[in-house]
Amino acid sequence: MNKRALRNLKEKSVRTFFFLNGLLAVVVLAGIFLLLLVSAVPAFREIHLREFLFTKTWDPTSPLKETYGILGQIASSVLVTLGAMILAVPVGIGVAAYLSDVAHARVREIVKPAVEILAGIPSVVIGFLGIVLIGPALAKLFGLGHGLNGLNGSLLLAVMSLPTIISISEDSLSAVPPAYGEASLALGGSRWQTLVRVKLPAALSGIIAAVMLGMGRAVGETMTVLMATGNARAFPTGLMQSLRTMTSNIAIELGEVPYFTTHYYALFAIGLVLFIMTFLVNMVADIVLHKYQQRES
Amino acid sequence: MNVKWIKWMVLTGLATAVAFTPVPLSAQGRMLQVKGSDTMINLVQILAEEYMAKNSKSPIAVLGGGSGTGVTALINGTCDICDTSRDWKKKELDLAWEKGLQVKMFAVAVDGLSIIVNEKNPLARLTMTQVGAIYRGEVTNWKSVGGTDGAVSLYGRQSNSGTYSFMMEHVMGNKPYAQAMKEMNGNAQIIEGVLADANAIGYVGVGYVVDQSTGKPMKGLKILNVSRDTKAEAFSPLDKAAVDTGKYPIARPLWMAVGGKPKATALGFIAWILSAEGQRIVEREGFYPIGSKYVEMNAQNMK
Repeated sequence: MNKRALRNLKEKSVRTFFFLNGLLAVVVLAGIFLLLLVSAVPAFREIHLREFLFTKTWDPTSPLKETYGILGQIASSVLVTLGAMILAVPVGIGVAAYLSDVAHARVREIVKPAVEILAGIPSVVIGFLGIVLIGPALAKLFGLGHGLNGLNGSLLLAVMSLPTIISISEDSLSAVPPAYGEASLALGGSRWQTLVRVKLPAALSGIIAAVMLGMGRAVGETMTVLMATGNARAFPTGLMQSLRTMTSNIAIELGEVPYFTTHYYALFAIGLVLFIMTFLVNMVADIVLHKYQQRES
Repeated sequence: MNVKWIKWMVLTGLATAVAFTPVPLSAQGRMLQVKGSDTMINLVQILAEEYMAKNSKSPIAVLGGGSGTGVTALINGTCDICDTSRDWKKKELDLAWEKGLQVKMFAVAVDGLSIIVNEKNPLARLTMTQVGAIYRGEVTNWKSVGGTDGAVSLYGRQSNSGTYSFMMEHVMGNKPYAQAMKEMNGNAQIIEGVLADANAIGYVGVGYVVDQSTGKPMKGLKILNVSRDTKAEAFSPLDKAAVDTGKYPIARPLWMAVGGKPKATALGFIAWILSAEGQRIVEREGFYPIGSKYVEMNAQNMK
């Protein structure tokens, strides 16, 4: 074998190796989806899909009548996530705009890594803060008996999704061609006008993607909400109530459920619903981000 | 921080969920695995430490997770001893029997399940019926049971807890819990909640309401006296005589179970807990030693 053939072989094998690595992610994703589907479908032998999705009562261990309705959990997940987004989006975009436009380079060098380190704090730690710090503070502030409610969860999830929102928004704001801003300033626009009317619209698709990704993180978060929201099964009528999200319900019940019972399959069905929800959110984010990258190139 | 990162987060999360799918691991190795009741975990951990200090040859790992988790683990062969704060359910015994597992149970301590409220609550006693009605969600204001005006804030355990099942069966007349109940992760979290919430009510094992350093009830908590009915006298779970004689209505034995052919070390550990020395530690940790009724049954099972 001559040198060239050897090099070709090496090239090929390296290429195959990377291809297989790329394939792995897809295979894992498909495998998990299939496993979820297979484990979830038997639940619907005994539960009506409509009952499952649109009943408010979840009580699979009831001594009277077992009911499997996840509407309350879906509503809780949506409520807590929306609350988190209402808190995190303005702050996140504000910080991103500050970092990309206003902050001194030295300040940025400190703040940006700090924001990214925030993403690395384990969710258990944040949940613990919810119990010992945010909970009592909320109780005092609103004159409630306790602070284990949806708002507590929203606040913590806002903190957890901030790094995603800030980081990606800042990237997309910095990616706006400098000529846009310069043109605006040359036409007599103030720095505020330049930021709000030129740069933010130009970076909008990147910012939307950032929000979507932050939302995906908030929907899927388990430990934090499990610790901070009180886990009451009642249908949530507001953020000031104790509520139980889909993720915390799975985490609470999967450890003890007898295998291969309707209850067991129903938990996987919740997982499937959650998977579809996060998948949709991520997909929308991906499409928006893709559009944005295309336009920039 | 990019799309891929988020995707991996979701994937690893799901992968963890997948890891929960049944793989019957046998409890192997020299390490003795004890698993189950959260009410018993502190007690059993201390017992294990003291036992290990004397018998350095038998390392013991004590895990919580709730009674239901312990029973599942014993049936699946992933632990040697399972702690429960309730009787085994018929379904669980059937499942064990199907797997050819002969389960032997030992009552190792007695617990006076304590109904706790915040110290600001002026109430001093409740009947069993009232406690049941409160947890079923039929009583929603403290006024209806003789307290001051204020919405009852319910604290309870999650469905994997033996105490959760025990309350449902023995106090609530086998009816479901109110949906508004906050389901906490363990006894300690219930106490945290009740300490902070003036309208709270919670239930925990008696070993949790006593401050170990002073031997007195924990500051900020009020332990309610409970009576069998309106005519009967109400007793405190801290009253040893009342728990022993059954006058305190929600006393219960705490169980340890072994299955199949238990390891000699497992039986050794249980035998030591049942000895005078072990029972002294049980009492020191705030629970009660077992009465004569159970001593006999334990001896029978030990054979």
